Amino acid sequence: MPFINLPLREITCKIVYYGPGLCGKTTNLQYIYAKTNPEARGNMIALATETDRTLFFDFLPLGLGEIRGFKTRFHLYSVPGQVFYDASRKLILRGVDGVVFVADSLYDRLDANLESMENLRVNLAEQGYDLDTIPFVIQYNKRDLPNAMPMEELSRLLNPRKVPEFGAVAVTGEGVFDTLKAIAKLVLQKVKSG
Amino acid sequence: MIQQMVIHEEDYRRITAVCDRLTRDANAKAVFLVDKNGQLIASSGATDDIDTTSLASLTAGNIAATGGLAKLLGEKEFSILFHEGERDNLHISIVAQKVILVVIFDSRSSLGLVRLRVKKASEELAQVFTDVQRRGDAAGLQSPFAEITDEDIDNLFN
Repeated sequence: MPFINLPLREITCKIVYYGPGLCGKTTNLQYIYAKTNPEARGNMIALATETDRTLFFDFLPLGLGEIRGFKTRFHLYSVPGQVFYDASRKLILRGVDGVVFVADSLYDRLDANLESMENLRVNLAEQGYDLDTIPFVIQYNKRDLPNAMPMEELSRLLNPRKVPEFGAVAVTGEGVFDTLKAIAKLVLQKVKSG
Repeated sequence: MIQQMVIHEEDYRRITAVCDRLTRDANAKAVFLVDKNGQLIASSGATDDIDTTSLASLTAGNIAATGGLAKLLGEKEFSILFHEGERDNLHISIVAQKVILVVIFDSRSSLGLVRLRVKKASEELAQVFTDVQRRGDAAGLQSPFAEITDEDIDNLFN
């Protein structure tokens, strides 16, 4: 649910990075944090376990500039990917305006991708959203690894709706900002249409 | 359709007036109003040294997690949370099931006083948000962003 503050001329939207454990959701946010002008972003919060696995969420507030005098702010969240944190994932999807699904391109993570995508559909539905209509983009991460599945195959299995999709290597930043721009654009278009 | 919460000038004035008064009456250091999705609506008091955006997001996460616990136990919600620190304390409450009121206070105040003042402020805030909701419903689909163009959106990324 976008939050519009007319006196302050600000709009804030919530984007959630979703996907199976270790697919690179946090890495996406870390790269965005590292490469964004400090004036355009706030502090990044990572609620992680002692072994650096996301426990509850990562959070990164980002300012993208102004549209007709309105400051546009995006709050980026990532969910914990591990299967048993499902209760936390549901909470983080509340009030979401757009979703990025980060898929792990490795062959042996295909089942985890499919399971996570189905889990996303179910959890969105519980909050009253439909994965087939919500602003949504898919990122195929880890394209640099030798045992990565071909993009076409991943796309066929994970992207029947043909939403915008990007290959990425989140650790080096490849595809990270393309993904972010695509989802931000879809969210703003949705806000525009009301 | 995505529902939007739109705060108008008059609502904002009313909200900040209530927060300012609560800060004074409760002898609080700072007061924040946050929506359940983690967006800061208003703040009052000594907020300069606080990362308000992070505070808003973590408060909403805290309330969401506590709400999840309440459900597990068959409760509707736990409407008040209290965190006691060595120096500062945090009183968090849910107003009208919609927004979160956060009061930071130290030894110059007390939990009893904060609870008392929060109760009154909550009633006033509940009324404001009922009005915000009513106006939002009446306005229907019209978005203040309806007039922006695809080009405006593209320009953000150039």
